Amino acid sequence: MSNATDLVHFLASLVLAAPAILIAMLGIPSLLGYPLSERESDRACRSTVALGLFASIGVLIWMLATDNRHVVIDLGNWVSIQHEGEGGEHAHYHFAVKFEFDRLSIPLAILSFALIGIIGAFASKYMHRESGYNRFFVQYALFLAGMVIASLADTIETLFLGWELVGLSSALLVAFFQERPAPCRNGLRVWVVYRVSDAALLFAAVTLHHMTGEGDFDRLLGTESWPHGQTALTQWHALVVGLLLVLAAAGKSALVPFSGWLPRAMEGPTPSSAVFYGALSVHLGAFLLLRMSPLITTSVWLAGVIVALGLVTAVYAYLVGTVQTDIKSALSFASLAQVGIIVVEIGLGHWVPFMWYVALTHLIGHACLRTLQFVRAPSLLRDYHELENAIGSRLPCPPGPLAAAPLRVRGWLYRFALERGYLDALLTDYIVQPFVGLFRWFDRLERRWSAFLNGTRSPEQKIPVPKPETSLPLSPVVKEEVHA
Amino acid sequence: MTFASIPWLELAIAVPLVGAVVVSRLRDPLSASRWSLTFTGLALACSIVAWIGFLLGLTPDGSSTQDILPRLFGRKVLLLDVLSAPLVPLVALLHFLTVLGTARTKMSRISFSRILAGEAIRLATFACAVPFDLSVLLILGVLLPYFELRERQRPTRVYLIHMGMFVGLLVVGLATSGEVSAAFLMGAVLVRSGTILVHVWVTDLFENASFATALLAVVPITGMYAALRLVLPVPAPNWVLQGIGAASMITAVYAAGMAVIQTDARRFFAFVLLSHSSLVLVGMELHTIISLTGALALWGSVIVSIGGFGLTLRALEARYGRLSLTDFCGLYATSPALAVCFLLTGLASVGFPGTSGFVAAELLVDGAVSANPVVGFAVIVTAALNGVAVLRAYFLLFTGARHQASVPLRITIRERVAVLTLTALILGGGFFPQVFIASSHRAAEASAIVTRAPGE
Repeated sequence: MSNATDLVHFLASLVLAAPAILIAMLGIPSLLGYPLSERESDRACRSTVALGLFASIGVLIWMLATDNRHVVIDLGNWVSIQHEGEGGEHAHYHFAVKFEFDRLSIPLAILSFALIGIIGAFASKYMHRESGYNRFFVQYALFLAGMVIASLADTIETLFLGWELVGLSSALLVAFFQERPAPCRNGLRVWVVYRVSDAALLFAAVTLHHMTGEGDFDRLLGTESWPHGQTALTQWHALVVGLLLVLAAAGKSALVPFSGWLPRAMEGPTPSSAVFYGALSVHLGAFLLLRMSPLITTSVWLAGVIVALGLVTAVYAYLVGTVQTDIKSALSFASLAQVGIIVVEIGLGHWVPFMWYVALTHLIGHACLRTLQFVRAPSLLRDYHELENAIGSRLPCPPGPLAAAPLRVRGWLYRFALERGYLDALLTDYIVQPFVGLFRWFDRLERRWSAFLNGTRSPEQKIPVPKPETSLPLSPVVKEEVHA
Repeated sequence: MTFASIPWLELAIAVPLVGAVVVSRLRDPLSASRWSLTFTGLALACSIVAWIGFLLGLTPDGSSTQDILPRLFGRKVLLLDVLSAPLVPLVALLHFLTVLGTARTKMSRISFSRILAGEAIRLATFACAVPFDLSVLLILGVLLPYFELRERQRPTRVYLIHMGMFVGLLVVGLATSGEVSAAFLMGAVLVRSGTILVHVWVTDLFENASFATALLAVVPITGMYAALRLVLPVPAPNWVLQGIGAASMITAVYAAGMAVIQTDARRFFAFVLLSHSSLVLVGMELHTIISLTGALALWGSVIVSIGGFGLTLRALEARYGRLSLTDFCGLYATSPALAVCFLLTGLASVGFPGTSGFVAAELLVDGAVSANPVVGFAVIVTAALNGVAVLRAYFLLFTGARHQASVPLRITIRERVAVLTLTALILGGGFFPQVFIASSHRAAEASAIVTRAPGE
């Protein structure tokens, strides 16, 4: 038995080590100025992802064979400090690094390895001779590490670690074609939304830490394996923490009102769009809600908010998706509609806990389907063009579902859908612009105050911008990209 | 001669002082740079040895039987304790990397002798705990940037007014006692730290002085050291600490917001730095062991990460001139390694996972939430805004276009050494934080004891 336990711990360690090895293999040579060649990068990706995938399948087989549904890998306290004051006061902080393999985490870990491995093999051809080949795979390795850590985290701090890695790598991949301004603007937009989401998760994490004294999930959500955990929090505490987590999930999964970033994220290369925003990254918010399911059990109000948010997102994504004119945007909204439904299923788990299994199955199935569709998208367009050339005319285009709406609301619905629900405009007009306006006003005041004190007349200093070459010929890969 | 008999700490300060005299006589910028590198390297080595001696208990307070200053003044002047022991080598490292990363094109335009003299003063400041001596060193420390501003014929009034205010408040604070003294010292700390309403000297210094001078004057966060050595032991009444905390909290959020909208890279850097130095002061005010540990850990992390961030910006300026954040510059194409360094140091400064700032920021937030959830929320908002500011600057400087140059602008060997050193420190502190945090924890406990039992 001891040998079997040692074996599963060894396999679990391999699951965690694989992404770290990949980051080291790709990152360290790049830092030293000697990046790996395409072939070496490809081999490193294949071997480490395969290692992680087979190790995680091994853990799953062990769990099924021994009927053990909760394997915990405790790497100890990363940081631990104790303070015993003279007045008897006691202060304690520890940052535990623990990972758990259970019914929820192991499917997502296997899914992550499988989809990222497939996309890695696809991308090694797709990105061939692209100038940012090495950069793409370094960010890809960071994303893999983030997904695996977030999936398997057994403490909320560890989850936050993975969550942030996913956020950074996603934003950088959106801006992958970095010689054009649009992807960079969109990458920044994605990053801003992710920071809001990160802040909500961090606040939830420290609030939980404060309420329970621990960040460990088994203290917070009970020692029972998922989904039978029970939280020790009161209903109102669960609601407060749950709402913060819903905000974090909304940002990560592009739920309303943060949906605007999802089509913008399609500016990145097709492989990253497929695996990150179509399949994995967009489901991370739903995964967080599933992980926190004991909070949903405790608070009916929280469950209601989650169901409502999921429904609004699903309807919104359906309406907006019907008028999209490019394939990646259409797929992204289709993906969002499904994520909305998954969130509804998670909320319904308050009344019917079996719905959490439904949500998990839905999540896995949807991720696989959407990856296939995204990867197929560029060649599908080519097939359509060949078909149209062959028949000598456009393919028949049936009217969309909005055409069936009553005449009185049809125009409004079209405007709403074409403007993507005015969500971006609302966030820009009521949050971004007032913020920027206020701080620019402060900035002007400061410059005038400095000029006044210094006795100079012109507070504004003109700085020449280094002249970039903006009219570059686009690479073949960029040309192939269908812009969101 | 034994290890303990060698005055390592005094050597760490004397070497750059001698170096300043030697280098001031050199006319060739390249040889001045090489000699400066040697002197700052020696100072760094001595400060590391002094720190190791302190850690191993070979020199309990960093002093030696061969020290010269006790013979001159009749008392110990320079000492190491749990607070200052790690800070002295960090400050020495910052100076070493600054000299190492100086581009040839800039060598004729900066004064290496002034950098070395500044290093000696700053190292002495961080190795001094006696209020009077510390105050003299703090006042000396503000003179060098003033001389540079005058030499460059740049406006000096903003700097002069604020530093005059600082010196005045400091002197009155030392001359009085009780709550009045604490209030004046608090004022001095707030001015020196660049707290809101009296912070324009920081942006002004970055705009008018050389990047190296401004960086070395502000990055070590001398105001925090002054607060710990001068204000906490008074003992400061609660309203003084709360005053520092409230002002610092507002400054942290305000500066983070300002960093997001800046159109000039130097001002952007100044605000990111101000935001972080204010966060460190917030941790001190909360006055729980956890938050104080977080603040001290964040302090060390900020010196490394923000210092590296500034040095990266300086390397970029050496290639492209003053940098604007109004449009995409596309510098990645010509300086990819600097882009990576910019991102790495910038993310470390905002406490990104895997970097030295991550656990420090977690501790600070945890302590803040325990003490006051509103402060905790403000700390998180500050971190989020700083993260946005850093990535916005990255995108504007390095992406969105393709910069083409007729000469190679890639990273030099010296710069790569600096980058790799910083990377090792940032990632080492991120992956193995216990040593770093335990050291901060010991310093936090010592500071707490000082506050509770004044005069001991």
